Amino acid sequence: MNYPDLLSWHAMAGGLAIGFAVTLLLLFNGRVAGISGIIGGLFRLQRGDVSWRIAFILGLVLSVTSWKFFFALPEIQIETSHMMLILAGLLVGFGTRLGSGCTSGHGVCGLSRGSSRSFVATALFIVTAMMTVYWVRHVFTN
Amino acid sequence: MVGLMAWVSGIVFGLGIILSGMVNPAIVLAFLDVTGRWDPSLAWVMVGAVAVGSLAFAIAKKRKKSYLGESMQIPGVTKIDARLILGGIVFGIGWGIAGICPGPALVLVGSGSLEAIIFLAAMLLGMGVFEAIQQKHQ
Repeated sequence: MNYPDLLSWHAMAGGLAIGFAVTLLLLFNGRVAGISGIIGGLFRLQRGDVSWRIAFILGLVLSVTSWKFFFALPEIQIETSHMMLILAGLLVGFGTRLGSGCTSGHGVCGLSRGSSRSFVATALFIVTAMMTVYWVRHVFTN
Repeated sequence: MVGLMAWVSGIVFGLGIILSGMVNPAIVLAFLDVTGRWDPSLAWVMVGAVAVGSLAFAIAKKRKKSYLGESMQIPGVTKIDARLILGGIVFGIGWGIAGICPGPALVLVGSGSLEAIIFLAAMLLGMGVFEAIQQKHQ
């Protein structure tokens, strides 16, 4: 590992942008930018609580179009089989709703507000994901 | 105005996901592969995001209303229960299989990837199953 790999400026800059997006939604709309929660809220339709969720989701989906206005899209590699993608999607959808948050809600927002509950959740899903990668890449394939 | 702000926030969030490298599941899996060719770069995404986010929450905690006059809806739950633990584990397994979490899933769908559409459909189904169970128990 060399030094440039250790300190990734574009990862840091991307993180700053994500923090800025969290700031906008929080200070202007009074809402926490937890993506699984924003999508999940659409399953319980409440008056006046729908359009901002759809606007945020559309922004995320259309961010690719805005990016391509200025730069080429970085390489995207998905090598997971369709069956495993379905399994992963089901687990991510169910798990994030059961645990009330994902990488953005517990990870970014929870840690930003110093929530010990979110710290536990974040540590748990990162460690579990690391263990899963270990099993998938280094145990089952051998 | 609230809708416009949510839209702008979504776009900026997505641009951050693309710039950071999190949009590429291969990079996410390399970050999670601690015993293989570990690429720790994504840890900086969290550092950058929390650095800015913690300032935002410090300001938000002192306010009753947002700049647009909306009520501040900051989660107040503090209990660490079985639901939180189990949810974190289930999500972690899913994240470890494909290297995709909900934010990047939406950005990837915007790139037109068939794999991302399959993942998102399954993710929405998983959320739907949770809602169905939840409503049955109420």
